[in-house]
Order: sequence, then structure tokens, then C-alpha cells
Amino acid sequence: MLGDINPAVLIASLMVASVPIILAAIGELVVEKAGVLNLGVEGMMIMGAICGFVTAVATGNPYLGFLGGAVGAAALSLVFGFLTQFMLSNQVATGLALTLFGQGLSSLIGQGYNGVKPPLTGTVPLGPLADIPVLGRILFDHDWVVYFSVASIAAVWAVLKYTRVGLILRAVGESHDAAHALGYKVIRIRILAIMFGGAMAGIGGAYVSLIRVPQWTDGITAGAGWIALAIVVFASWKPWRVLLGAYLFGGITVLQLNLQAAGAAIPAHYLSMAPYLITILVLVVMSSGKGRASLNAPAALGQNFHASR
Amino acid sequence: MTGQTTRPELLAVSGVTKAYPGVVANSDVSFSIKEGEVHALLGENGAGKSTLVKMIYGLVKPDSGSMRLSGAAYAPNEPRQARSSGVAMVFQHFSLFEALSVAENVALGMENPPKLRDLAGRIRKVSEEYGLPLDPDRMVGDLSAGERQRVEIIRCLLQDPKLLIMDEPTSVLTPQEVEILFKTLRQLSAEGTAILYISHKLEEIRALCDEATILRRGKVVATCTPRDRSAREMAELMVGATLTPPERGAKAKGETALQVSGLSVASPIPFGTSLKNIGFSVAKGEVLGIAGVAGNGQDELLLALSGELRTAAGTLSIDGKDVSALGPNDRRRAGLVAAPEERLGHAAAPDMSLVENALLSGATRQGLVKNGFIDWPATRSFAEGIVKDFDVRTPGTHVAARALSGGNLQKFVVGRELSQAPTVIVINQPTWGVDAAAAAAIRQAILDRAAQGAAVVVISQDLDELLEIADNFAALNEGRLTPPRPVAGLTIDEIGLMMGGAHGMEVAHHAH
Repeated sequence: MLGDINPAVLIASLMVASVPIILAAIGELVVEKAGVLNLGVEGMMIMGAICGFVTAVATGNPYLGFLGGAVGAAALSLVFGFLTQFMLSNQVATGLALTLFGQGLSSLIGQGYNGVKPPLTGTVPLGPLADIPVLGRILFDHDWVVYFSVASIAAVWAVLKYTRVGLILRAVGESHDAAHALGYKVIRIRILAIMFGGAMAGIGGAYVSLIRVPQWTDGITAGAGWIALAIVVFASWKPWRVLLGAYLFGGITVLQLNLQAAGAAIPAHYLSMAPYLITILVLVVMSSGKGRASLNAPAALGQNFHASR
Repeated sequence: MTGQTTRPELLAVSGVTKAYPGVVANSDVSFSIKEGEVHALLGENGAGKSTLVKMIYGLVKPDSGSMRLSGAAYAPNEPRQARSSGVAMVFQHFSLFEALSVAENVALGMENPPKLRDLAGRIRKVSEEYGLPLDPDRMVGDLSAGERQRVEIIRCLLQDPKLLIMDEPTSVLTPQEVEILFKTLRQLSAEGTAILYISHKLEEIRALCDEATILRRGKVVATCTPRDRSAREMAELMVGATLTPPERGAKAKGETALQVSGLSVASPIPFGTSLKNIGFSVAKGEVLGIAGVAGNGQDELLLALSGELRTAAGTLSIDGKDVSALGPNDRRRAGLVAAPEERLGHAAAPDMSLVENALLSGATRQGLVKNGFIDWPATRSFAEGIVKDFDVRTPGTHVAARALSGGNLQKFVVGRELSQAPTVIVINQPTWGVDAAAAAAIRQAILDRAAQGAAVVVISQDLDELLEIADNFAALNEGRLTPPRPVAGLTIDEIGLMMGGAHGMEVAHHAH
């Protein structure tokens, strides 16, 4: 039975399956590194999915579609930014509300788009590279977003580790009072981080509606935003571990689909449950190593900043 | 530091006023500092020292008045501008990032930092030049308070400041570390760097400063040369009243009330200090003072004593009964009350009223809950009693805890614990951030409870306070407690050594 599954195809498809999670998670990682906990990732993703879909259908250009998704989700994240950074609302509650709002709004915008076919995004033509046996199928036969997602991990890692911008961002997430005392603009930096997180979640959402599925239905992101949030914790706020976590989750998702297709004796419901169950298990194991994971969390995560203190 | 009269003026502040809603923080403040001068800014909490230096550092904008730096008009809009004009500041709190390395912390305080690798080299060089050795690759969270301060000072020195502002720099240092700091400051002053030194420790100011400006309620009330004045004279200028030291009643030593032995527990706080084999006993009527530089296990010791942190069986007993396994409420029932350092969020729930806050810790011993129902009238009169007995200035007991000023809330939370007729009292930093009059009242109340037969453990970083009220003295150093010794006859050198000396820093200065 397992012999029916081609490992090369499996790896190639897990890379595709992980893209939305990678993008949303790396965006959220930056947001959390700046000390903001935005639980509205799911809402921003689905806004990205519908805005990207509508833009792509309207313009016939999938690239503009991704841009539209990024802009739509970033606009939604700005609502979160305004409420939490200027009105000092509770970040957890506002984030949850953002998800509900995003789901409702996307469903409204999506009226009349059910069953519509979006313009197709092709694979990046890498010529002879794609013809290399096994490796070509795994590495060189993908659409551009797959490469973009890996590149974004590398970029975030490098920026956080080597640049002054990254250092300031981490400093703001570590202690906003100290950063303020040194003269850094805490609110402005956090708003920018929130918008970056929104845009990345939006691109991830657009990937679901434009490439992975590709069509529009309500609730199309199906909890990917929540998984992205979990993966940031799983990665203990380290960019490359986001990639690992997302591929792990994507791998299990693809594997269970393949197992279902191959007619495994396990009921399909249990298989569909597996990726989520394993994510919970991994999170529990990670956090039980006393303090290890929690020590790497940005110290000011989830705390609102008010300059008069 | 002679011949300073011939030195040119560096900073002149004239007629600066800054008002916040409901309070005038600075009113028409004028003073000036010459190049290379060590200038003290003296005043009680709330006298407006912090607001004044924040204006000089560009964090706050004055409502009116002007400043001149080296003869040119000076009005910084943000710290960046202040730094590029040659003004640097060492903060009392809030300016280091624990999870970042020393070099990263230094880089964050600079305008155009070099590459981290070059910066690390410069940190090593400058820190050795000034006798403040520092490893640029270490996490700040792992450093002692004294070392953290070195990070801040080095951060300033790398920018060749003309004026260095120091906000209460010695509050976290051992006496030996203070000596080293003073040597560094004198060296800087001799090189022509002016230092604005904020403190309320008068002996230090007499030892270090050339000139002093004394603030009271936002106004300059006097300027003087500290060497020519006694500490008492300056204190009275600061407070605007004569001070009376607390009286202690005569007392006979009773039997042991609190016995701690072999207490070891891991810290629940990130970057905290674990307690290692702590043992001491406190008799009825005795005040045990526990000193130590911040972050040497004070918070953990309070948690272990209050019951928020459970410890191994047999490590803790009250009146001979083992209470190691009991939680805070059961320990209260057994007679132990505790007041932690953090007033808002630990000792008091910020958004709850004083009545509700009185209930939170007083319910058990005062019998404020009957059959699961809260006896509000009794709770209200308990809270009103605290407000009256401890002179808490508040519009009423219905106001939220966060609405009280720091000193008033401190009086309330300490008063709440002392009002419960306890047999054992544990207090961490009883007068932290409290003005002199309120501090004296709190110390007097503690002594009164001891005179009535309570065993008292006072954990504090204020040595003068401990020497004033404690019968026995011990020090926490990296989670270990020295054996308690009677306060009478202790010298300041012995105390410094008990607190851990200067963490191996002496060598660095001998080279000079």
C-alpha cells in the first residue's frame, strides 16, 4: 500500500502544501518579535485569499492577484494595529475578533465568485533543471511562490540577525520601555511589523485560493492561520524552524491524503485529524521542556505600550 | 577638581517649566553646569528630578524656559538629538534588553554603531580603560546589577559625551562597587566630562560632587557646595522639615517564631536566581534585615516564604509547625503575612478598589468571608482602618489601587499586612520609591509590630534602612544567605563583603 506513494511526488507536494503556512507564520514571527501577539492570522489569510482571488479574476493577472491579497490583508491588519497600538485594546481579544471579522467580510466579498476559475499561475521555467531525475521533480518544478516562501524565511532570518533594523525590532519586542527610553518609536515600529505580518498572511491566503485549490469557497483557508500561529511557538521564534515546522505539518497533511487515496485501513476522519493532533502533541512536548521554549519568547509579547509610563 | 571657577559653562538651564495634568513637575528651574564638574541634583521622590533630566535628554519637552549647551541654544526633540549634541544618560531602570548581548545593547544606544565585531573590540578596550571590565558577548540577562550598570556606562562612554547624566546610579551597587564607580566618575571628570548626578544619598554626594542643586516640589530651593554642608542640613533642605529617626521600644528576645533550614528552590522567574541552602531563624520581637544587590534571590526568597513557591518538607516552620507544603492562605492562617516588592500587580490588583484589595489578603485572618459570602461592611471598615492608621492619602476606599501614588499605595499594602496581627512578617523593599516622611512612618510601624512580639524579616536594598531597623543582618548573594550577624558593631566594609564584594572588579582599578 505504502509502495504506491512516490516519495519524490510526496516531497514536492508537501512543499506546495506548506507554502501558505510558511508565509503566514514568518509574517507572524516578525510581528511577535516586535512584541505584538496578533491572533487574527486566520482572518487576515482569508481576506488575502478573497482579495487576491477577486483582483486576479478582475485583472486576469495572477501576480496582481497576489499583490491584491497582500494589500487586502495588510489593510485588515491595520485595523488590528490601530485598535491595539493606539486605542490600547487587548491584543488577544482583538486578534480573535479580527479572525471572525475577516471570515465574515471575505464571505461577503466572495458572493458571486463561487465556481469562478482564477487565471492560472504556471511553474517557473527552469529548463533542463526540471528534467533531473527525482531532484528535478522535488526542487525545480514549482510555481514562484514556493521559492518566494523559502526566500522570505532566509530574508527574515538575515534581517533579524544581521541588520540594525532587525536589532531594533527585537529590542522593541524585548522591552518597549527601554526602547522608548533610548528614543525608538515603539508604536511606529510595531505598526509596520503588524502590516508586514498582514501582507505575508495575505500572500499565503491568496496562494490557497489562486494556486492550491484554485477557486473560491467560504472558509477556504480551513484553519491554516491557526496552524501558522502554533508553528511560530513550535519554532521558538526562530525563522528556519518555521520552515521545519511547516514542512513537518505539510508533510503529514500530504501523507494522510496519500494514505486516504491509497485506501489505508484507517478511517479517513482520523487521518484528516492527524496533522492537527500531531501539532498539538509537538507543542505540548516543546513547552514541557521547562522554560526552554518560553525563554526565547519576546519578553514584551502581548503587552501594550503607553509612552506616559 | 580644583580651579573649576575658571572652567567654561557647559549647560545652562533657565526658567524651565513642565506641567502634567494635576501636577507641576518643574516650575521655573534654573541651574548651570561647568565642563568637568560633578553636579548633584538632589531631591525626594516626586521632587521633579527625573522630569528635569528627561528634558535635558530630549525625552520630554519643556512647556517654557530654555537651555543652552556650550553657548548654543539647545532644545532636543528626541534622545537621538541629545546624543549627537554630546549628552548621554545612564538610566535607573528600563534601558537594557535582557535577551540581547552586551554588544547589541550598546549598539542600540548609539547613533551610528560600527559592525558588531568592531564594536565588541571597542567595548573591551574602553571598559578596561575605565576599570569596568565587560564581556561583549554575554547576555545581559545573565549579568549582575553592577555589571548591567557598566553596560550602560560603557554605552555612554563610547560616544565621548560632554555631559553624562546618571539617575540614581548607586541604588543597585554594593559599597565596594560604589567606590569603583566613583573612581571612574572622577577619572571622567578629570578628563573634562561634566556629570549630572541624581541621588538622594547624601553621603555619596558629599564624597563625589562639586556643586549641588536641591529641588523640592518642582522648584529649586537651594544650591550649595556639598562638601561644606552636613548631610543633615542637606536632608532638611530636601524635605523642608526636620526629620526624626524612628524610635525602637525596649524588647526582650522571645522564642523562635520562624525557622528556615536547608531551603533550596529553583527560580520560577526567567533570568532569576535560584535559592541555595538558605537557613535562618527569627525570634519573636526580632527584626532580621536581609541585604543584597537586586537580583540575588530577593524575589525568590519572598515567594518561598509567602508560600507562592512551595518548598521541600521540613524547610520552613512557623511556631514549630512545618508549613513548607502550605500555600499562601494557609500560611496566613498560621500567622505569616508577606508584602512583595512589586506594588502594582503583585501586592495589589491594579484595577480593583482598595476595599477589594484589602479583602484579597485580609480575608483569611480577618474573617471577612462567611460561608462563601463576602462580609462587605467588615471588609470596608478593615480597609478604612488601614487608610486611617497608615495615613494613606486617597479620596476614599472605593478608588482603584492604580490611582494611588506609589508611596501611598506602598503605605496601603504594607499597612494591610501589618494590620492583621501577624506573628511573622515578611516584607521585600518596604520603602522603595516612598518619600522620606512616608518611609519613616512605615519603618516606625514595622518596629512597633516587632515591639508587640512579631518576628519580622525585612528584605531591602537600602542599607541605611536595614541598619536603622534591623537587630540582625544577613545578605543574599547569588541565592545564598550569609549567616545572620547582630547589626551592632558591623562595619560598612564587612557588610560589603557579605554582599559579595565587588565581583572581582578590584583588580581592574589597581592597574591605575
